Amino acid sequence: MAVPVDAKDAYLSEYAAFAKDLDPREPAWLRTARDAAIARFKETGFPPPKHEEWKYTNLGPLLRVPFRTSGAEALDGVLAEHLEPLGFGVLKTSLLTFVNGRFAPRLSYVRYLPRRVRIMSLAEAIEDDPGALEPHLGRYSPPDGNPFVALNAAFMTDGAFIEVPSRTEVEEPIHLLFIHSRTEAPHVSHPRNLIVLGEASRASVIETYAGGASEEYLTNAVTEVSVGAAASLDHYKMQREGDRGYHMGTMAVRQARDSQAACHSFSFGGLLVRNVVHTLFQGEGGDLRLNGLSMTSGAQQADNYTRIDHATPSCTSIELYKGILNDRSRGVFNGNIFVRKEAQKTNARQTNKNLLLSQEAWVDSTPGLEILADDVKCNHASTIGQLDENAVFYLRTRGIDEEAAKNLLTYAFASDVVNQVRHAPIRIKLDQLVLARLPRGASLTERVAG
Amino acid sequence: MIEIQDLHVTVGEKEILKGIDLSIRPGEVHAIMGPNGSGKTTLAQVLAGRIAYVVTKGRVTYDGKDLLAMRPEDRAREGVFLAFQYPVEIPGVSNAYFLKAALNAIRKYHGQEEIDAIDFVSLVEEKAKLLALDESFMKRGLNEGFSGGEKKKNEVFQMAVLEPRFCVLDETDSGLDIDALRLVAKGINAMRGPTRSMLVVTHYQRLLEYVAPDVVHVLVDGRIVKSGDADLARNLEKHGYGWILEEAPRPEAARA
Repeated sequence: MAVPVDAKDAYLSEYAAFAKDLDPREPAWLRTARDAAIARFKETGFPPPKHEEWKYTNLGPLLRVPFRTSGAEALDGVLAEHLEPLGFGVLKTSLLTFVNGRFAPRLSYVRYLPRRVRIMSLAEAIEDDPGALEPHLGRYSPPDGNPFVALNAAFMTDGAFIEVPSRTEVEEPIHLLFIHSRTEAPHVSHPRNLIVLGEASRASVIETYAGGASEEYLTNAVTEVSVGAAASLDHYKMQREGDRGYHMGTMAVRQARDSQAACHSFSFGGLLVRNVVHTLFQGEGGDLRLNGLSMTSGAQQADNYTRIDHATPSCTSIELYKGILNDRSRGVFNGNIFVRKEAQKTNARQTNKNLLLSQEAWVDSTPGLEILADDVKCNHASTIGQLDENAVFYLRTRGIDEEAAKNLLTYAFASDVVNQVRHAPIRIKLDQLVLARLPRGASLTERVAG
Repeated sequence: MIEIQDLHVTVGEKEILKGIDLSIRPGEVHAIMGPNGSGKTTLAQVLAGRIAYVVTKGRVTYDGKDLLAMRPEDRAREGVFLAFQYPVEIPGVSNAYFLKAALNAIRKYHGQEEIDAIDFVSLVEEKAKLLALDESFMKRGLNEGFSGGEKKKNEVFQMAVLEPRFCVLDETDSGLDIDALRLVAKGINAMRGPTRSMLVVTHYQRLLEYVAPDVVHVLVDGRIVKSGDADLARNLEKHGYGWILEEAPRPEAARA
């Protein structure tokens, strides 16, 4: 039997080899950032089990798998028809597909775009126009807080770069699809996405993460977003990793004055998943909607950490996260709203609701408000509960059997997050995903909500 | 149609029903009246199959079948309907979906095809008209944000769509203004017929002015202490429940 290698040392020694192979033409600032990130990681390593931000998340199983950044080559061909179930029916989107973290042009297409809108792979952008990246890349999600972000910053090679110029509207959503396909040895990919929306522009971006059921792999993703003044972003994350997949995802959003962002996180797959969202208001009048839905079963764990930084006055953030936990699955909600002293007239609402479908399921919910300003409207609420027996009985007295009644109520619990989604085809797809994950089989087959 | 014999029911530690005997023939409307806490709602809920209510003694026969052995959903499919005193709100499930699911579950049980979408819409429109419910109603979440009156109307509306054969109406008149009361009564009366029976549970006689009962029973402390015709209800309205309590024979004698 192989002697287990310390996970930290393994990443450090792999970085040494990785750095040697880097394109020597890569800009110096990027190389410096990589070295700084790995140095930071070397300092902190992985968090010990009692670490405040990690105490509910057992990283043990993840650290025991010898994931490697190299060896991304897929053993099986990925065909366009494999991707179809990951699409959104009639919804027309541009599609950038990444297989094991690498851009796959064969599986990608960009539909009609307004002038000067750029959608390309990050690898291509680094090569062709690194100047466009430099003001943003690594600045919204610095590597100092989180070892996984630091590793991503050190190892990033690909992902998506989306740039929308001022006063430009991209009507059709842009779909970024990250799929894991079977590799020789356990693989970790470090996708890095950068979305830059110019003043008064508008775009919708979907990120989907998916993989096969049989393999252990790790997706360590970071998405950085800058929403310009009066610009508007709809963002959807569809986490559909394979049953044995690990997912560490961080999204960092900066919002300029009068901008709007609606960020939806739907978490269905993976064995151990952590979705982190950090947002920062940098100008007055910003508006943020943060929605999340996690459904877990078996031995899954899905953690959601959100932090909303109200640094400027008169911004609104409305957050709704829901968890549906079955079997012995676990979940964490940790929400932090930080209202700085200058951020008067802040309006912030945070809601976390959890539905436990089994006796063994467990959730840790820690809502939080930290308010330094005095003229604000803020509140938070957190609930953990089970299906309402009265409601189950009511449905049964109308002829609906017990299983179907429970499914219906579980679906209903999820629906107010799903109904926040503006695009109907995405909503319909989400309905299907929710229905398919109901614990008692898909006894509901059509859209239930009005 | 329904035969209740010596029914004893315990909720938690407490015996609520202490030996109910009641027989309702097809086409009859019976009213159960009684002061608060006499066990009216317990009787209604136990007929619908509420599990927390434990039957310690007695039997209920429905169309010759043992009703108490049936699951709540099977009772509904066999034609038993309970209009709840406090209908449950279920946001996220539209009235339309819910009603269609219920209707199809009942049809499936009887070996019938699922209802055609167009037939469903016209059925719903017809019944909604009866209760003066507007169109938006079907798209709203089930009882979500409904006023007390709307919820009660919805119960009678569901009853009209599902067409049960034995209807139990639990305080369907409470919380209704006079216009809503008239509509609800109209809905109930439209369903009266030679093959359908009803058990109307009420605290006041108000509803019975519109829905004339064939038999009125007075329930006090878990027992039926007096039965009579519609005049009994009027007397109760005029004189309250006090005189009955004094006049009522001892329970043992009543059952003999």
